[in-house]
Amino acid sequence: MRSLRFIIEKEFKQIFRNKMMIPIIFVMPIVQLLILSYTATFEIKNVTLGVLDMDQSTSSHELVHQFDGSPFFQITTYSHSLNELEKKMQHGEIEQIINIPFGFEEKLINGQFAHIQITSDAVNGSAATLMSYYASSIVMDYNKKILVSEQGAVASNKGIATPFQFWYNTELDYKKYMVPGILVLLVTMIGAFLSGMNIVREKEIGTIEQLNVTPIKKHEFIIGKLLPFWIIAMFDLILGLTIARWIFDIHIVGDLWLIFAVASIYLLAILGIGLLISTITDTQQQAMFLAWFFMVIFIMLSGLFTPIESMPTWAQNANIINPITYFIRFMRQVILKGSGLMDVMSDIISISIYAVSVLGLAIFRYKKVS
Amino acid sequence: MKDFIIKEFKQIFRDYRSMIILFGIPIAQILLFGFALTLDLKNAHIAVLDNAKDEHSRKLTEKIASSEYFILDRHLNSADEIEDIFKEGIVKEVLVFEPNFSQNLLKTGQADMQIIADASDPNTANMLVNYTSAIVANYQQSLLPSNPLNGIVIPDVKFKYNKELKSVYMFVPGVITIILMLVSAMMTSISIAREKELGTMEILLVSPIKPYQIIVGKVIPYLLLSFINFLIILVLSYFVLGMPLGGNMLLLMSESLLFIFMALSLGIFISTVSNSQQTAMLLSMFALLLPTILLSGFIFPIKNMPTILIWISNVMPSKFFIIIVKDIMLKGSGLMDVWFETLIILLFTLFFMALSIKKFKIRL
Repeated sequence: MRSLRFIIEKEFKQIFRNKMMIPIIFVMPIVQLLILSYTATFEIKNVTLGVLDMDQSTSSHELVHQFDGSPFFQITTYSHSLNELEKKMQHGEIEQIINIPFGFEEKLINGQFAHIQITSDAVNGSAATLMSYYASSIVMDYNKKILVSEQGAVASNKGIATPFQFWYNTELDYKKYMVPGILVLLVTMIGAFLSGMNIVREKEIGTIEQLNVTPIKKHEFIIGKLLPFWIIAMFDLILGLTIARWIFDIHIVGDLWLIFAVASIYLLAILGIGLLISTITDTQQQAMFLAWFFMVIFIMLSGLFTPIESMPTWAQNANIINPITYFIRFMRQVILKGSGLMDVMSDIISISIYAVSVLGLAIFRYKKVS
Repeated sequence: MKDFIIKEFKQIFRDYRSMIILFGIPIAQILLFGFALTLDLKNAHIAVLDNAKDEHSRKLTEKIASSEYFILDRHLNSADEIEDIFKEGIVKEVLVFEPNFSQNLLKTGQADMQIIADASDPNTANMLVNYTSAIVANYQQSLLPSNPLNGIVIPDVKFKYNKELKSVYMFVPGVITIILMLVSAMMTSISIAREKELGTMEILLVSPIKPYQIIVGKVIPYLLLSFINFLIILVLSYFVLGMPLGGNMLLLMSESLLFIFMALSLGIFISTVSNSQQTAMLLSMFALLLPTILLSGFIFPIKNMPTILIWISNVMPSKFFIIIVKDIMLKGSGLMDVWFETLIILLFTLFFMALSIKKFKIRL
């Protein structure tokens, strides 16, 4: 046990002796959490709109006025040439074009269908879907107005009403959803990279040979190597939760101790991945590439940015070996909805199995005499 | 000089594990993201609390459940269950039909179907509610007798540049950028930091090779590697993912070479300010990975961010490169359309180069 204490002491000294590590470990994650959480929004507002009104009638002006009054749209260009508008769309100056053809009002008065064209820049497909949805619903509202003015209010208000409620996040604040996710990411990166690189570094520089000839036992070495990073990552997690509470005003609905308990198991799994990487690589460069490779894939598939349900089945199955998925889901459930132990049991079991098997495999692969 | 470059090449290619990773990463990632990532919503699980259990409530439920967006997960018996199933986390939306739904609809012409969404994921919740209301509106229209005495406006919706609304179009330019940025910047920064850490840099410096030659020699192999990577990604995204290649290929390649140069000079700069491989890696990791994903317009539109972040995004070279790639590939733009973005990347390159030459001299 005495030698264990010395290794841990040595590790801490080594980490903190490097002047650049302190800002990297403690300041960088915080700055990232603060900045990046604000970037993640799918909210659509101020869609820049180009209007081509060939009809120039009372009705067409009224329709354009409806768009102008909506918070989603911002008419930036009026033009008489479709060509000009399309050019502007190509340059990215406008995102949507409303084209009202000649004879629009006449058709309306004659009781015909008056077609208008709504063209959206669809490079971002899902944004385009929403944009055209909003545009269509403005046209629907306009139709309703026509009906009301012609038939009186009776006819229009009928039908199925669909009042809606948004639970757990009534204002649809995207930050509340992203902060727990980004926090998980930062903690994961700190844990996996630091631990993985650390042991490979000893290999690369050759100091591991020196450790190997000392009377330190294998398990003491591994614990001594992992524990400092476990503590650092845990500290970052607590720091992040504090920021979430005081800066992003995210009140943890669920049980804080449940979060800590599961986080401590999760970190074992992450440190295990780092250790495993260090056993199959010889240089820090290799270790980093490998870690980076898995990390980017894990991050992108984790459901942090895109919904997991929409992924194809094989990708959902691939997510079984993605620890970040489990922990992000767990954190969001507990922090935002206050899910209890039984609700998140399957994620906890997955994380535990993960931790045991990865750590076990890593320790098995790690040979003291290498 | 030539010998030095050859030495660098040998050193890189000798390490076959890094080679596998180096070429494996882009291939795996482009395929993975091309097929797996989508922002659209499909197969969202919903539950129904049907207090009416009559003709229209059943029909409407059936209609919603049969759409590709929704999967009917289960029926609920009481409102108390809603909270519980949301906490389980699988069901994202609950539909609540009021009692006597059909009767109300037929007699008074007004009936209520409440939509309760789990908005812990606001984006999904918003989309689900939109989709559901659209289906209900559709259903309602099918009930109405079709006698439009008065004209109505019909919006014809068109999608430009991406008719099928594929998410791939959005992601491929981003993935290209991330891979080029990280592979180029990270590799150079680490390889220089490595020479420093192992002490071999000292040996190089006392040799007759000049400092700038060392840097050039370090950079050329990675330039080549990154460019090959770029070509692989391009071929894959065209043949496997069906990305259009609208614009001039020569232009796209020169732009990417320029961007690789920028990333490499950024890598050199990082290596001059870091004292070990570990710091070099963490710096490039934190300074590049997440900001490149989040602040470049790769996934989230920059336009909707707070003003300060829009400002910050302007110092992300990847933002401009993504615009260039999207414009050339999807919109078929020419150099005249993207000269501004190109100029900015060029300025970044010169800036990082100047900085690292200055730093390099002072340090060594």
